[in-house]
Amino acid sequence: MFGWLFDPAHWSGTTGIPVRLLEHLGYTLLTLLIAALIAIPLGAFVGHTGKGGFVIVGLSNALRALPTTAVLILVVLWAGLGDFPVYVALVLLAIPPIMAGTYAGVRAVDPVTVDAARGVGMRESGVLLQVEIPNALPLIYGGFRGAALQVVATATIAAYTGAGGLGRLVFDGLALQDFGQMLAGAVLVALLAVLVDLGFAGLQRLTVSPGLRPVGTGGKR
Amino acid sequence: MTWIFENWERFWEVTAVHLRLSVVPVLIGFVLAVPLGWWASRSQTARAVLFPFANVLFTIPSIALIVITPVLIGVKILDEINVIVPLTVYTVALMIRSVADALSAVPGNVIAAANAMGYRPLRRFLTVDFPLALPVTIAGLRVATVSNISMVSVGALVGLGGYGQLFTEGYQTDYTGKVLAGLIGTVVLAVLADGLLLLIGRLLTPWARAGR
Amino acid sequence: MKRIATAVAAVMLLSACGGDPLTGDGKNEPAPTDTIVVGSANFPESRLLSEIYAEALSAKGVKVSKKPNIGNRELYFKGVQDGSIDLIPEYTGVLLKHVNKEAPEVGADEVYAALQKALPKGLIVLDKSAAEDKDAVVVTKQIAAQYSLKSIDDLVPYCKDLSFGGPPEFQNRPDGLPGLKAKYNCEFKEFKALDVGGPLTVAGLKDNTVQAADLFTTDAAIKANEFVVLEDPKNVFAAQNVLPLINEKKASQQVRDTLNAISKKLDTKTLLELNEKLSSPDKPEPEKVAKEWLASAGI
Repeated sequence: MFGWLFDPAHWSGTTGIPVRLLEHLGYTLLTLLIAALIAIPLGAFVGHTGKGGFVIVGLSNALRALPTTAVLILVVLWAGLGDFPVYVALVLLAIPPIMAGTYAGVRAVDPVTVDAARGVGMRESGVLLQVEIPNALPLIYGGFRGAALQVVATATIAAYTGAGGLGRLVFDGLALQDFGQMLAGAVLVALLAVLVDLGFAGLQRLTVSPGLRPVGTGGKR
Repeated sequence: MTWIFENWERFWEVTAVHLRLSVVPVLIGFVLAVPLGWWASRSQTARAVLFPFANVLFTIPSIALIVITPVLIGVKILDEINVIVPLTVYTVALMIRSVADALSAVPGNVIAAANAMGYRPLRRFLTVDFPLALPVTIAGLRVATVSNISMVSVGALVGLGGYGQLFTEGYQTDYTGKVLAGLIGTVVLAVLADGLLLLIGRLLTPWARAGR
Repeated sequence: MKRIATAVAAVMLLSACGGDPLTGDGKNEPAPTDTIVVGSANFPESRLLSEIYAEALSAKGVKVSKKPNIGNRELYFKGVQDGSIDLIPEYTGVLLKHVNKEAPEVGADEVYAALQKALPKGLIVLDKSAAEDKDAVVVTKQIAAQYSLKSIDDLVPYCKDLSFGGPPEFQNRPDGLPGLKAKYNCEFKEFKALDVGGPLTVAGLKDNTVQAADLFTTDAAIKANEFVVLEDPKNVFAAQNVLPLINEKKASQQVRDTLNAISKKLDTKTLLELNEKLSSPDKPEPEKVAKEWLASAGI
């Protein structure tokens, strides 16, 4: 059953597993970077001002329902082939959880803390950047890691429009009815998801203030 | 949009398939997740086994799972079970956690009161624990439903998939209108289903609003 | 509380109903013997041909149900064998190679005769049409001029420098890369998995991601983009006449007569015209194109 995965012939060359893994990781990381650059400022701004929260929630829900396949196909039909359509589809997928996490994180910062920051004369930008965002980091990371898992899993779809990544194994395996190859694709994507999540968990430990560490699950409810 | 109006019949046909393929897994998944979630809310061991397992299931890409399932379960290739099974798996993986969290959050004093009043375990579960856990459970159900509705289309890769058929056909014939029709259909279905669950949740838990 | 209990019970009951399809939803059981399930492969021409078959049969009062866009032959042939579908448009040469990898036949009549013998028990093909749609190695006008290409033979010296695009299954099919290697000794620098003579392959050729690709000879995109179809003197691609593949049990005399009447009227020129119509800017539905053609052909 796992013969395909462990066949050395599939581990070398321009279409070998390492190349596909790197392509997949590349789609994932660049997507997350772009999505974070869009979603964190938006979520933080709305969370800070408290205005338009329903827009964020509504937009997040609507984006969540978007079928990624359809977005990918539409962008391919409009803009042609290549990696661009893949990024559009994946970024749209990654924005909602990051934005929702950031918004919720900033909203959840204790108002007393925020008042204290204003009280000591911080400007609004300082309040947001030095107080609210650092305090919101655990929830931001929560949204971000959720997005990362989704993006790793969904980047598989890039192969549908001829691009690379581990999806190639799934789609080529499907076309050839080669079960070993499909399975190898699924297993590798799942493994990569776990590794990426571990990586971000490490990053979270390094960047989140120890005072915030025990994230209360459900305690705030 | 014009495609939808010019091809009503076909649109309804794929809509019906899409709805069936996404709702059936939610229902089956829900029924399976309630006892599992209940178990996880009571036993540390169950938690330690079920949660990581659910997390791993969730990392398997839907595309891969849908493509692999027909080979694994060995039914006929065009059988709708081929899509229903993987989507049920996702629903269960997602709902176990919601149900367990929801049941764990039921206040201990309420449970103690019910016990003191002489409720037997099953009756207490059905009339006290479960109703109180409903708001969080329904929130989980909404996420599962919306993501199922969005995922069904992938089934088009194995000849099923409701609106997914429109995506494939639109792609092959370079016809944006058809892809858009499927996309709009998906989003509308998702929003309607989400709204319906929200409404059901409010009707079933009037106390949740009264308390505000 | 009582109301909640009732509601909870209702949800449970609903769920129980929902569980039904797992044990036996009417849709999933084998269709009643009088219904013919018409399938199609995942490319527009197959879809169109399946609509032509289905519409003609239903006009004759035969009950049909449609299962469009199943996938490629590797996938849907299993469906024909397990009874998920009863009828699907096919192409003689590739179908023969699918059931017998080693089949040497290349001429239209020989392929047809060999195919009839090679099919698994219970499956038959009806009369073949004159309409031919082959896989072909296709290049752009510029590439053809640059390397002065007319046939695959001319391509051989350059194979190792060029990228080739086609459906993923092309890598394994005897009438795919293995055939090109065995008969022409042509091995490409790289194979890019694209789609079945669809938008990806066409786009790949146009933007020079691939320099040669597998397209169907009846593809309207070939004419539209001035692509050059390379000749195949060594016959990697055997004769490919369109014909119906059908479950023998469903092939009543009426069904046979109807489908044979279609094959009689169908030729390569017709197929080209129909494909052009499908890809015209107003994007008519295959069902409509099929009905129009059936009416004009008097079937």
